[in-house]
Amino acid sequence: MPEIMVGAASELADGEHRIVAVGELEVGIFRLGDRFVAYENRCPHHGGPVCQGKLFNGVEEIIMPDQTSRGLRFSKERHVVCPWHGYEFNLDTGRHPGDARVRLRPIPVRVADGGIYIETRG
Amino acid sequence: MTGSRGDSPTSAPAVRELEKITIRSDTRDVLAHAAKSARKLTDYFIVDIDAHVTETAFWSDITDRIDNDYLRQAAKSFRERGGSPPGLLNAQPGMSFQDMFGRIPHQQQQAEAVSGEGTHRQVELTRRAMDSMGIDYTVAFPTPMLLLGMHPQAEVEVALGRAFNRWLVEELLPREPRIKAMMYLPFNDPDSCVEVVEEFADEPGVIGFTVVSTRYRPVHHNSYMRLYAALQAAGKPLAFHSGFHWGDESMKQVNRFISMHAISFCYFNMIHLTNWIINGIPERFPKLKVIWVESGLAWLSFMMQRLDSEYMMRTSEAPMLRRRPSEYIQDMYFTSQPLETSNLKLAQATMEAIKADTQLLFASDWPHWDFDLPTTITNLPFLTEQAKRNILGLNAARLFGFEVPRHKLAQVPGPEPALAK
Ligand code: FES
Repeated sequence: MPEIMVGAASELADGEHRIVAVGELEVGIFRLGDRFVAYENRCPHHGGPVCQGKLFNGVEEIIMPDQTSRGLRFSKERHVVCPWHGYEFNLDTGRHPGDARVRLRPIPVRVADGGIYIETRG
Repeated sequence: MTGSRGDSPTSAPAVRELEKITIRSDTRDVLAHAAKSARKLTDYFIVDIDAHVTETAFWSDITDRIDNDYLRQAAKSFRERGGSPPGLLNAQPGMSFQDMFGRIPHQQQQAEAVSGEGTHRQVELTRRAMDSMGIDYTVAFPTPMLLLGMHPQAEVEVALGRAFNRWLVEELLPREPRIKAMMYLPFNDPDSCVEVVEEFADEPGVIGFTVVSTRYRPVHHNSYMRLYAALQAAGKPLAFHSGFHWGDESMKQVNRFISMHAISFCYFNMIHLTNWIINGIPERFPKLKVIWVESGLAWLSFMMQRLDSEYMMRTSEAPMLRRRPSEYIQDMYFTSQPLETSNLKLAQATMEAIKADTQLLFASDWPHWDFDLPTTITNLPFLTEQAKRNILGLNAARLFGFEVPRHKLAQVPGPEPALAK
């Protein structure tokens, strides 16, 4: 698979993301601590520019041992939110938190010699 | 608009940086992916029966057009309040959760730059969206005014409704003939509705009239018969544009916006459609065309079956009807958005039941959070090519008399009925 360097790893701070286009291919690159993940910038819902959306933590309901609710709060999961209609995707898995079958297309990404490389289709 | 960030770190191919989408993003950037799909639909005639303006962004221009000097001053006085709230409007801005607390920037605010003189900001925003989606004509509806039917002061609905109509007719429609409008009817005051029809029916660009459905008024009440007669005589369709109201006693039982929004947009149109049919309004005004806007389609299979079942047992309570309720529904028009597609078999059955190939009208609802694109229709696997073309624009062309450019009139050979695979 052809690979292309899209920038320096040091340019992307922890928790940040950027979106690049290489020809027709658009890719979102996300830094999660020391790890980098990348997904195609195409939402499985209606093809929206999902990676150009905002990052939010997931939301969970606070359920007590007696099954009563204490409302909602942010979880530790990092999500990217598609700006078209709000589909969210867990950045670790690329999957929709409400239906794991709905997922972003992962793009192989690696860091070498301080550079971020993504695979592009040949 | 988005451009290259600079040189690629490798020689070729070039790496372009794409910007994150914010409230300041250009509509053409937000909809860049839609524009790519639209390039494959250039020989489709596409009419967007339901797109929205954000009237509060131009609220002074609208309220300056209020006839009544007392109400005009009242609206004006709000401009000196902190935050300049839209005076006289009853929407609850603190509970408008459509943008999911910032997750959907274009619903939060369209704060993009609009350069150049000579056109209206709203016209430019609408054009950008239309061109991105490949839309030939669009019909402009308001946004927070969709709740105006719940205003406790009928005279305020009359004043704001007429002012909004004038703003559309004076500011928007003359500047862009591809933008059309269905005039706001202040339905809490039946006599004023008739005056609106008389005043605006012949205005260029006015293709019908709208009742915003979120209200507690029985559409079969005798006080509305003059209005329906006037609409029928004018030959202009009547749209019931649905909406939500979390303050409704039933809706107060649900604790999340998702629940209220999902039910509310169907709930109000369910009530009005039931009254409309059971009281035989289609028999009394057989030439009056009715469009049900922004309730999606899933509610219709329920309504058709439910009303038919009860009608066959309790026919004595609906003596005006000569056919089953579902058959009247098949004569009505519906807009497609928000199209429910999680179960395609149900979607197909519903489209067949309502005779979508002649009665369904594409709508985007842009710039709202649950908008649809023309590809929402073209991607449906069970529609014939002709049905897609009808739904996207040719049905609207027939209903409203739009002229269709020759190259978009493609007749696609296919089995009848058009929906059959
Ligand atoms: S296209 Fe991404 S949420 Fe709809």
